Amino acid sequence: MPDARKGDLVQIHQIILEPDQRPENLPSSTKSVPYECWIKGFLLNESADLGNKVKIETFIGREILGILCSINPTYDHNFGTPLKELLTIGGEAKKQLGKT
Amino acid sequence: MDISYAGTMSRKNEILKNATGIDYDRFEISPVAFDYEKLMDSCNYSFEDALKILHEAGVGQTPLVELKNLTELIRSVSLPGKGARIFVKDEAANPSGSFKDRRAAISIYHAQKLGYKGVVAASSGNYGAAVASLAAKRGLKTVILQEVYDSRKVGQPEILEKTRACEAYGAEVWQLSVGPELFYIMLRVLEDSQFFSASLYVPTSILGIETLGYELAQQMLQLVGRFPDMVVITHAGGGNVTGTTRGLEKAGSKNTAVVGVSVDLQGLHMASDSDFNRKSFTTGHTGFGIPFLTWPDRTDVPRNCARGLRYLDRYVLISQGEVFYTTELLAKLEGMERGPAGNTSLAGAIALAREMEHDQVLVVQETEYTAAGKLPSSQLTFAKENGVEVKCGHPRDNIPGKVIVIPEEINQFRLEELNLDKIRKSYFSKTMEMTKPYEPTQEDFLFLAEDSNSSIDYVLGVIQSSTSN
Repeated sequence: MPDARKGDLVQIHQIILEPDQRPENLPSSTKSVPYECWIKGFLLNESADLGNKVKIETFIGREILGILCSINPTYDHNFGTPLKELLTIGGEAKKQLGKT
Repeated sequence: MDISYAGTMSRKNEILKNATGIDYDRFEISPVAFDYEKLMDSCNYSFEDALKILHEAGVGQTPLVELKNLTELIRSVSLPGKGARIFVKDEAANPSGSFKDRRAAISIYHAQKLGYKGVVAASSGNYGAAVASLAAKRGLKTVILQEVYDSRKVGQPEILEKTRACEAYGAEVWQLSVGPELFYIMLRVLEDSQFFSASLYVPTSILGIETLGYELAQQMLQLVGRFPDMVVITHAGGGNVTGTTRGLEKAGSKNTAVVGVSVDLQGLHMASDSDFNRKSFTTGHTGFGIPFLTWPDRTDVPRNCARGLRYLDRYVLISQGEVFYTTELLAKLEGMERGPAGNTSLAGAIALAREMEHDQVLVVQETEYTAAGKLPSSQLTFAKENGVEVKCGHPRDNIPGKVIVIPEEINQFRLEELNLDKIRKSYFSKTMEMTKPYEPTQEDFLFLAEDSNSSIDYVLGVIQSSTSN
């Protein structure tokens, strides 16, 4: 079974510039790695597997080529973990105001 | 078509002319000077037009809220009689959750009027969401270019949230790795799509922000019967300072002190892949704030309409830890949970209000929305995961990229005051360097005086002393 079928929401990856194509005046940690991008859209190929070169239609209807890198990608940023460094700030301020 | 880096960059001026509808050559006076007010007026919208366009889109008319508990807390740790009243303009109430809606509204209207089918903007922050939101309302297509990931494909939660928001408004989002080549991609996308460049730095963008300064001045008249003594503004590219101050002046509030605040990230390189995820703030910091004052024309258009040095009375820095602390206080004392980046100016205001008298009033001119990724817990969790130490202590022990110190108490808040004269000198010498071997004339000195909020004598004095050294 292929990983993705036509119409699936997918993400593609492109290497835009290899390190030797990047401008000279960059910090070394930037100059030594490729310049990359990731774009989401609907798969236009009948089917495809991760790693295949595919074409997508973006949310505004433009067609873009790239390497299939993710299928129905999740938004996984979150609210984080409560930090002890922050938890007492409100209580101490209220105490200072005599409002506890 | 040659779409290589060099090939595309060589067509820069032509691409930008097509994408902004502005022929910047019309405003050039010399290699140094250009007619700033003529460029600002070139979009042909009156201030009344601006207010109407915003109103139609549901942008603006945000509440100005007095932070009485915070003011009381500040007074409790200040010298007798000290501690100005603090008000905040709740810009989170705009459609996409920040003042950036004002900045996008007129540009998007303008793009549609000129017949463009879509808009392109480069932003990893709230501006991208504002453009996508307003373009959605007007039926235009949007491409947003964001610097999101380092070379490990690790992205800050705040930027990942902006990707989500832009896609929620129907935009095509290019998530890019770290590097200034974002400008090259922007030119490629503009050329390929023939869309409008909704640059942050065009006249329509600044005109939109003028409504913010104007509104807050009017609201202060209603609330306290006079203009504010001080307005505190988060400073990055200069648009917020420029637009707000111009709006204050249009409302007649000419004696209000304008103070810019940036988060201190000095020492971190903004184009460095390894530094990228060692900062917890993606804008409103010194990485933009200082270079945009010393050389404003470093943007995606030939001449930048955001010119902070023209308008700033003071420029101060605050640490990341103080901003997170302030964000907690705003939620816990005032019942307003807002995004940390938008509270940069509020953190500065805490220290500034302590210098002022009880009967003075200070306005913090923005808040921003909060969400997953855009709040102290997610941003500090991420900082810890990326090797930054987070601890309680004194803010003076902050080291950008290494240690975030959350203050132990509010009386530890302190500002680093940046010397605007040093920034002016740096701006003049950069101008001389960039325009060599051109010999500046009296007209150029007048331009530099206006552009740096100084005088011709001051400019001449600085330039003569630097050439004699």
